[in-house]
Amino acid sequence: MLRYGFLLFTVFSMASCAHVKEYQKSRINDSEMSLSNRHVEKNELNAESYREGSSGANGGKTGGGCGCN
Amino acid sequence: MKKLSLSVIGMYLMMAHAFSQTNATDSTGYKPKKLKLDEINLVTSYYDQTADKSAVMGGRTDYKGIADVTDFANGIDVTFIGWDKKQRKNTLALGLGVDYHTAASQAYVDSNGTAKNNGTRIYPTINWTRENEQKGTSFGIGAYYSAEHNYYHSIGLNGSVSKKNKSNGEFSFKVVGFFDKINMIYPSEFYPVDSVKNSQSSDSIVYRTSASGQTQAFVYNNGQLVGNSKNHKPETPTKPRNTYTASLAFSQIINQRLQGSVEMDLVYQTGYLGLPFHRVYYNTGKDTIENLPSQRFKLPIGFRLNYFLGDKIIIRSYYRFYADSWGLVSNTANLEVPVKITPFFSISPFYRFYMQTAARYFAPYAVHTEQEQYFTSNYALAAFNSNLFGAGLRLAPPRGIFTNSLRVLELRYGHYTQTTDLNANIISLNLTFK
Repeated sequence: MLRYGFLLFTVFSMASCAHVKEYQKSRINDSEMSLSNRHVEKNELNAESYREGSSGANGGKTGGGCGCN
Repeated sequence: MKKLSLSVIGMYLMMAHAFSQTNATDSTGYKPKKLKLDEINLVTSYYDQTADKSAVMGGRTDYKGIADVTDFANGIDVTFIGWDKKQRKNTLALGLGVDYHTAASQAYVDSNGTAKNNGTRIYPTINWTRENEQKGTSFGIGAYYSAEHNYYHSIGLNGSVSKKNKSNGEFSFKVVGFFDKINMIYPSEFYPVDSVKNSQSSDSIVYRTSASGQTQAFVYNNGQLVGNSKNHKPETPTKPRNTYTASLAFSQIINQRLQGSVEMDLVYQTGYLGLPFHRVYYNTGKDTIENLPSQRFKLPIGFRLNYFLGDKIIIRSYYRFYADSWGLVSNTANLEVPVKITPFFSISPFYRFYMQTAARYFAPYAVHTEQEQYFTSNYALAAFNSNLFGAGLRLAPPRGIFTNSLRVLELRYGHYTQTTDLNANIISLNLTFK
């Protein structure tokens, strides 16, 4: 249920986008507003993908290598 | 006199303006720029795990601390940027990672538990991207290599394209292929026989492999050990595992404070998808090696939404739904709230909740029957919930930290718990040099 709510919120939010000009992007361009993972999270994501059964759709790896140990 | 002075000043300003125009014209006369060092990132992490259920020991619970792990990971990423004759931005990113780990279970690939319990992993990467900022398009290719203790190697290749639209949206598409080779290192009670290497029809050469990565060859004749094989270079057989991923992503600036993205991966894996040194104990007490299907489809889809609340607080949210053809379904929710103490210093508490159902081939220690076709006791495929919480610090003063070249320092600590009784702590440091 939570995921459908989130999906609907995202879709409706994007459907009502305001046109944002370059000079209005001071907050959007803040480095902590980035839609990608931080550099410092890299090994944390690796550990999660090795210890859990699922991976992907998060900017991390979807395969390759083992993490066997 | 006043008019004269104003006239002189006016003429001076006109001349200055004229010269500045001339200079500006020269400077805007476009010249390509060769690749130049733009940024260096150093990431180092220490991971410490305690757990009692190891896949190597088939999920047995009578070996306390058998799944304890430490991992010291270090990586460097170097980015070069340049512009070509057509004003396209070229980015070359080179990376190198070196990890050193210890794993208690690794010693038990030898059944007596005396094998080497540590190892290293080395993984270089190279990625090149060409971006046309006027058209809002980009194109990239890359390669990855990883050599890992007990695993032989993994080679990755990728290609990507992206397109920005006029409404602050960006669509991207990426394909990735990983081509792995797995060392067939079995628990010591299972000795693979390499029949291809027979020197005589009645001989067989047996390779005894261990977690230390060492392989010894023994020559048998009619079932009797006749000596060590000095004439044959011991080779551990390998099996392939390939992973193909197509990623679709769309990101959108929604307003001056809000942006979001949707990312979906379509993943297909084929080949040897288990690991040869993972034991499974049947309900009869007999042990064997885990056996999993040779194909797996994965479908993760993730959503991000970041919101700048007021002037000091950012809300970073993430949700992922995942399902695969082995019956494993998971949900991940992540919330991080960076608080800007000053414009250049922030503290970011975060919390991640994860839950998954078990893969249909999983059962705990001594539950599988000999009639089953596929079986594993690897707890990464069990049903569990996990929690990760912690906080990060970010320091990015405009004039650098200690030196002008160290621009960003990030420190992050997380405590991770699983309902399988696995607990871990991870601390990471990132330094960005410009």
